[in-house]
Amino acid sequence: MTGQTSAPGIVARDVCKSFGGHVALDKVSLAVEEGTILALLGPNGAGKTTMVRILSTLIPADSGFMRIAGHDVVTDPDGVRAVIGVTGQYSAVDNLLTGTENLQLMTDLRHLGREAGRRRVAELLEQFDLTAAAQKLLSTYSGGMRRRLDLAMTLVGKPRVIFLDEPTTGLDPRSRRTMWHIIRELAAAGVTILLTTQYLDEADQLADRIAVLDQGRIVAEGTPAGLKGSIPGGHVRLHFADSHELHSAAELLPAAGPDQDQLVLQVPADGTVDSLRELLDELHHARIEVDRLSIHTPDLDDVFFAVTGSHVSAQPYQESTPQGIPS
Amino acid sequence: MTRLAYTFSDSRVMLRRNLKHQLRYPSMTVMLIGMPIVLLLVFVYVFGGQLGAGLGAHKGRSAYLNYVVPGLLLITVASAVQGTSIMVAMDMTGGIIDRFRTMAIARASVLTGHVLGSMLQILAGVGILVGVAFGLGFHSSASPLHWFGAIGILGLFAFALIWLAVALGLAAKSVETASNTPIILLLLLFLSSGFVSTATMPAGLRQFAEYQPFTPVADTVRGLLSGAAVGDHAVAAIGWSIGIAVLAYLWANRLYNRRRATQPN
Repeated sequence: MTGQTSAPGIVARDVCKSFGGHVALDKVSLAVEEGTILALLGPNGAGKTTMVRILSTLIPADSGFMRIAGHDVVTDPDGVRAVIGVTGQYSAVDNLLTGTENLQLMTDLRHLGREAGRRRVAELLEQFDLTAAAQKLLSTYSGGMRRRLDLAMTLVGKPRVIFLDEPTTGLDPRSRRTMWHIIRELAAAGVTILLTTQYLDEADQLADRIAVLDQGRIVAEGTPAGLKGSIPGGHVRLHFADSHELHSAAELLPAAGPDQDQLVLQVPADGTVDSLRELLDELHHARIEVDRLSIHTPDLDDVFFAVTGSHVSAQPYQESTPQGIPS
Repeated sequence: MTRLAYTFSDSRVMLRRNLKHQLRYPSMTVMLIGMPIVLLLVFVYVFGGQLGAGLGAHKGRSAYLNYVVPGLLLITVASAVQGTSIMVAMDMTGGIIDRFRTMAIARASVLTGHVLGSMLQILAGVGILVGVAFGLGFHSSASPLHWFGAIGILGLFAFALIWLAVALGLAAKSVETASNTPIILLLLLFLSSGFVSTATMPAGLRQFAEYQPFTPVADTVRGLLSGAAVGDHAVAAIGWSIGIAVLAYLWANRLYNRRRATQPN
């Protein structure tokens, strides 16, 4: 990995970590360019949180090279801490304080000074839409408000690099959208962001690049479009009224996988309107009656199916799709 | 600012946070300060008549009040450090500690805030208890220097027990455990000269009582408050306090730094 263009916000090379006999991270390497968003995508237990905890100086790696904004994680942890902000999976807020007091605690610990601190607190309350609840104790906050305050606390010191560990897990759709909006604005302002997520759509919405982590290894890395393009698994499910129709359709479409029990035929498809129209025309000309259909776009299951070659959380119907996946 | 100035500033911020917690969690604070006062009333007005008679001929309730005040001062300390343990465990089991650990702050300040906060709480509790005791007719022939000495001995011992409570709070897997373990301190206090003279105890128990830290501290404070000489008791009290403080401090720091190497889930 020589000849990197600019000094990236985050560089990690061959990071290893074991807990007891369990290998949590196995030679994980990644790089996040300054001002971009990298999504670390993976199921529970893949090692996402461990990676974030190591990069944010919370736990030591067994081996590996890591630099955050030019500071070495191993030899200069305080230098790293001065430029990063971390929002973990569990809200790192003080429940016995108010919103304002939580933010003040951060401005005090960042040694911003009284006036500058007060200004920053007001600014962040405004930005995160928390002004109305500022004087209320955290115990009265909703999940979305806590998460917003959590992120606001992270931003007090204007960090150049931010780690977001599953920032939207457990949030309702509306709060999730708000969080996405905030994250995008941060990146637009030049902040380097590494976020972990279990949701492909979240990575798709936010990330410039995606790294897929599975059982402690990076199994795929690329842009969202590039990854999705490489992922098979998009298909149309055709539901039939009886097995006779299903048989006729299966003969017509040899690439498809029939499911006799459910009277369903799964046809590989790229999700475009043209290909769908083509498929329906073909069925229509052959006088095959389709009861109804559903469209399935590639998701996290498909990513894992493709990049790991094994079912990570296989749905029952995927048992009948081996034809659709080139292996 | 220099490194030392940062440590000072960060510790002050953490102290303020701790004091706010005490105010926002009034049920615990009031309980920890109020319980010794209730016990003072119980000891003096319920047990005091009979226990006072045991102090010698023509002695009674008022003599027992004078005898038992050091014991209740120690209850104030022992119950306050239970709060320390709970507060520390609440911090460690919550998410906020990870935020502090990823910030460029003086590492020690998190624990320092708890220690100083508890110290102030204990001083307040001691002040209130002494005030109530005087209201009930407590009599002291101690000079200001004696008072100073008594508060110094009590403060040093409190400092030691606070660090012990911090270590217990760090060692606890849950807040419930953290709130239970320090109860052993209260038990030790009852097996000391805090409430009755060790001379009245059966042989085995008496030896135990005489060689555990609460007895010399209680005897020293009692001696100072009555304006008497304290001698060996004070040496033992100071020795125990420093010993416990050093060991507990080292233990607490080891636990605090070791937590870095563990995984939460």
